[in-house]
Amino acid sequence: MAAMNDPLAAPTAGATPSRYIPGSGSAHRHVVVVIVNDRPGVLNRVSSLVRARNFNIESLVVGHTERPGISRMTITLQGDDFAVEQMGKQLYRLVDVLKVQDMPQEHLVEHELALVKVRTTNRDRAEVLRIIELYKGRVIDVAPDSLIVEHSGTEQEIDSLVALLAGFGIRELVRTGTVAMARGSGVVDVEGILRSGTVPAVPESIAARVAASTAPATITIEE
Amino acid sequence: MTTEHAGATTADTPGGTATAAAATGTTALPTGDPGTPAPATGAPAAPSTTRSVGRHVPAAGTAAAAEIERARQAMLSDAKPRNRTRIGADALCEALIRQGVDVVFGYPGGVILPLYDVWEDHPAIRHVLVRHEQGAAHAADGYARVSGRVGVCLGTSGPGATNLVTGVATAQLDSIPMVAITGNVPGALIGKDAFQEIDITGITLPMTKHNFLVRKADDIPRVIAEAFHLARTGRPGPVHVDITKDALTSETRAGHPETIDLPGFKPTFEGHPRQLRIAAEAIDKAQRPVILAGHGILLSGATEELRTFAERTSIPVTHTLLGVGDMDERHPLSYGLMGMHGWKHVNRAIQSADLLIALGMRFDDRVTGNVSTYAPNARIIHVDIDPSEIGKNVAVDVPIVGDVGRVLRALTPLVAERSADDRAAYLGQLAEWRSESEGTSWHGSGAWRDGYLSADYVISRLGELTDHDANLSSDVGQHQMWLARYAGFRRPDSHLSSGGLGTMGYGLPAAMGAALGQPDKESWAIVGDGGLQMTSQEFMTVVADHIPVKVALLDNGKLGMIRQWQEIIYGGHYHSSHLPGPDWAKLAEAYGLACFRARTPEEVDDAIRAAQAVDGPALVWFSIAEAQNVLPMMPAGKGLSDLIETWGDAAEGR
Ligand SMILES: Cc1ncc(C[n+]2csc(CCOP(=O)(O)OP(=O)(O)O)c2C)c(N)n1
Ligand SMILES: [Mg+2]
Repeated sequence: MAAMNDPLAAPTAGATPSRYIPGSGSAHRHVVVVIVNDRPGVLNRVSSLVRARNFNIESLVVGHTERPGISRMTITLQGDDFAVEQMGKQLYRLVDVLKVQDMPQEHLVEHELALVKVRTTNRDRAEVLRIIELYKGRVIDVAPDSLIVEHSGTEQEIDSLVALLAGFGIRELVRTGTVAMARGSGVVDVEGILRSGTVPAVPESIAARVAASTAPATITIEE
Repeated sequence: MTTEHAGATTADTPGGTATAAAATGTTALPTGDPGTPAPATGAPAAPSTTRSVGRHVPAAGTAAAAEIERARQAMLSDAKPRNRTRIGADALCEALIRQGVDVVFGYPGGVILPLYDVWEDHPAIRHVLVRHEQGAAHAADGYARVSGRVGVCLGTSGPGATNLVTGVATAQLDSIPMVAITGNVPGALIGKDAFQEIDITGITLPMTKHNFLVRKADDIPRVIAEAFHLARTGRPGPVHVDITKDALTSETRAGHPETIDLPGFKPTFEGHPRQLRIAAEAIDKAQRPVILAGHGILLSGATEELRTFAERTSIPVTHTLLGVGDMDERHPLSYGLMGMHGWKHVNRAIQSADLLIALGMRFDDRVTGNVSTYAPNARIIHVDIDPSEIGKNVAVDVPIVGDVGRVLRALTPLVAERSADDRAAYLGQLAEWRSESEGTSWHGSGAWRDGYLSADYVISRLGELTDHDANLSSDVGQHQMWLARYAGFRRPDSHLSSGGLGTMGYGLPAAMGAALGQPDKESWAIVGDGGLQMTSQEFMTVVADHIPVKVALLDNGKLGMIRQWQEIIYGGHYHSSHLPGPDWAKLAEAYGLACFRARTPEEVDDAIRAAQAVDGPALVWFSIAEAQNVLPMMPAGKGLSDLIETWGDAAEGR
């Protein structure tokens, strides 16, 4: 946060400094975990916000969690620390967003899954299989002129396997985007948030006013 | 003063000159038939004012007519047995009443008709039939701004809903508590491009605090309770509830919830004690502190807290456009409006400050100009209830998340007392700057030059004659800036303005909402000729429903703000800024609205007083100078130190 002034320092003398514009710092890659309610439209809310607020995301993955009704998104994006913090705050404005965490780059397990359909012939199949073995990939389908490799790993690992296979000819490629989890016992916790309690449906001041003015007409139900 | 009605000749008796609907006082028409305009005074009842009667309808008074009437009555009572089934629409009305709703601004249509079928069974709610859904949304907005309650507007699916959107977006950018309700096609038709189906929740998603699509009658009570809670709690904002037709018509026994649970919505109200201490220390050390007071002060109801804090520390208070009314402008520490069309002395104070104390404001670009040259020597304390506002546009040194009223209550005892004498040199310099900037601006002098009526004069008279106590709703343009600068606001929540979205057409419907939200205060709309032409259809609503809105039309025959930019920024290359308008007196007469006119300064007071004397709505048509500019002006993209202070020469104002 070099851009921040020391709140108690003396005002800068001499040449007027140029004020830092949030988001204009140097960008690097962030992995952000977002815990959301599993409801229709939540993915749309998140992606719409990210687009409207002009954040530059690389991937967004959603899936179920250990808790029914709760989903977990993993967003990877480029930005300076301010921009990513700002995205988190904007996401918190969504009622269905329960928790946002910018994952620390150290101690992070990051994986994505790729399926690659590679062109192979009898001549080069052995070579392709050797490369796959080297990368601990898995062959899940073989056809006379192609095979499907499944591989999970970091973005870079998949990038480099894909680069090698490209020499043989890639017919089709799909990647899931990154999911991530911190090593060790720490978790992205929503326990406290979910337990945080209820509020009155009608504030007391309004309830009192309504009671004083009108008894709401209730329509009797025909039996 | 001249009083103009085309065709009416009763020129000299203000009040008495109003055309029938406005003047008689007995023609309040909330339940009457607004489709039949009252005839203009002095004019013979025109044939068009009686209902046209088709050949197949028997003449009134005949036996055949009586028979038809009997059958109609029987049909009506068939349709509404008292012991009918409780349906989703009933649950909706009950839920609204429980939330304290007394007025709904709406417009019917196919899929929302089930609600219109039961309105009469829920008489605690007054339904105001607007003439365009945009008017409904702005009216709900104006109602909310003056009353602090949640405003409610309503429309049908498709075009009804899209017409609401501008008003919802206006409320979103100004943080106004609103619940917008729309009907949608029956659940089974969603996604089939059914008649009047549009993905309206997809449309309102990025411009609401939250939105709901309700497909089951049983869900209505919970959703309405959640919608109101979201709209009014924390940073307020609009919430959209879209309800399918079958949810409105299905039978339901769902009760109303006592509590609601929204784990993802838990605003922070109290400032963090450590941050408060750091802030207090920074305040104590500052030599040239300035308070930037925003809309948050009003939304939080923190005007007393602001005054106490400012008085204890003797720190001058500047305000944003939506912060007008944060402090009585007569208070010695009230320093004035900041930003693009703010006072030069205010922007100068900000640029030379060593500490900015930002309270419930969001460093909009109209406030900062170019951020890199904004208040270059100042550290910034920023208090806001919405964490996302902190660090969004400017980096701050002391962020404090919390309700600004509670934060000020906690902060004030922590700061050292400083008397005005302790700051004599600083406050003295500010006072000098102020008299310089106010004195050199002829716009601020109420001057009258070359026989033209100047806008600032009209505005200052309006402030004076309403005892600075009326609710003044602005439209968007030059007059909006003049209103904020020259009316002399004293009371919180008495200035209504579309600040964030800058929505032309806001003024008249907002004033309509304000008149119902706070009936004991006069409600004025201060509008330009451009903006009024966008929502003038609401003239009919105020006449038909006898809503006592006074409209001050500042008619320069131009899209004045556009003309000013074309003159100053686009080298005098005018295009589409000249705007022919109607003969407003004739238009008013057609609506049955009293109209008064002023073309010279001498006529101004009489015209305003005449409108005030009308029991009901009235229009005052001020013909103002065509080419007056709002100055100073900070060109977009420039900084607060790059103000344009004068333009043209003595010819200005023509
Ligand atoms: C709906 C909408 N369209 C366009 C604009 C752009 N705009 C801002 S001010 C202005 C001119 C307003 O003219 P008028 O209502 O006559 O007010 P004046 O500036 O003359 O006081 C325009 C076109 C806007 N703010 N809102
Ligand atoms: Mg105009």
